[in-house]
Amino acid sequence: MTAAILDWAVFAAQILLTAAMACAAFRILRGPRAQDRVLGMDTLYVNATMLILTFGIRTGSQFYFEAALIIAMLGFVSTAASAKFLMRGEVIE
Amino acid sequence: MNHAAALPVWAQLAVAFLLVAGAGLALIGSLGLLRLRTFYQRVHAPTLGTTMGIMLVLASSMIFFTVLESRLVMHEVLIGFFMVVTTPITLMLLTRAALYRDRSEQSEEVPPAAPSYTPASEGSGAQGTASGPAAPSGPSG
Repeated sequence: MTAAILDWAVFAAQILLTAAMACAAFRILRGPRAQDRVLGMDTLYVNATMLILTFGIRTGSQFYFEAALIIAMLGFVSTAASAKFLMRGEVIE
Repeated sequence: MNHAAALPVWAQLAVAFLLVAGAGLALIGSLGLLRLRTFYQRVHAPTLGTTMGIMLVLASSMIFFTVLESRLVMHEVLIGFFMVVTTPITLMLLTRAALYRDRSEQSEEVPPAAPSYTPASEGSGAQGTASGPAAPSGPSG
């Protein structure tokens, strides 16, 4: 009985995070301008980090933590580079 | 999920509550991304997930692995620290880029640049001097 609580909580969290990623993906596809698409991509990265941490809790393995850390770092770098590109027209001057 | 039964009830309840609360905050932030109208309103919405949402999920993961492995697992703090440091940087960079793009297109949605900025950049300074004499000549002629 008590094990079912955590089971259902992980399942519900996965559903909620997938819905959040769907909202961010909709903003990427629809976003009227380029900055909206970059904002949607940033949100998608953060939600993916949380979803992978939830996978880690589901399987009880610590290896998902490193994947989550790498996705968080890649999200920062890609969003910063995209914002620089929108500002200047080139990334490395 | 065989390992979940090994946890005491209080840890299961804490992990479950923190996980669902964090995921719910992320969903609310992403729904705001969907529903708000302008970009400058939308840029506020995902910060709900990047601050409180991910902190709750990380706290849940820390409690889970600490209780499961009977030792202190603290390395999730790394992700939390990284998120706290990088989120303001990326969103401010993005907003400055959006403001620059809107101003260079002379959009009416954003206020014009402050007067102290105009001598600094040559492009808007030349525009200011060109529109200066043109504005008084319109009503007089």
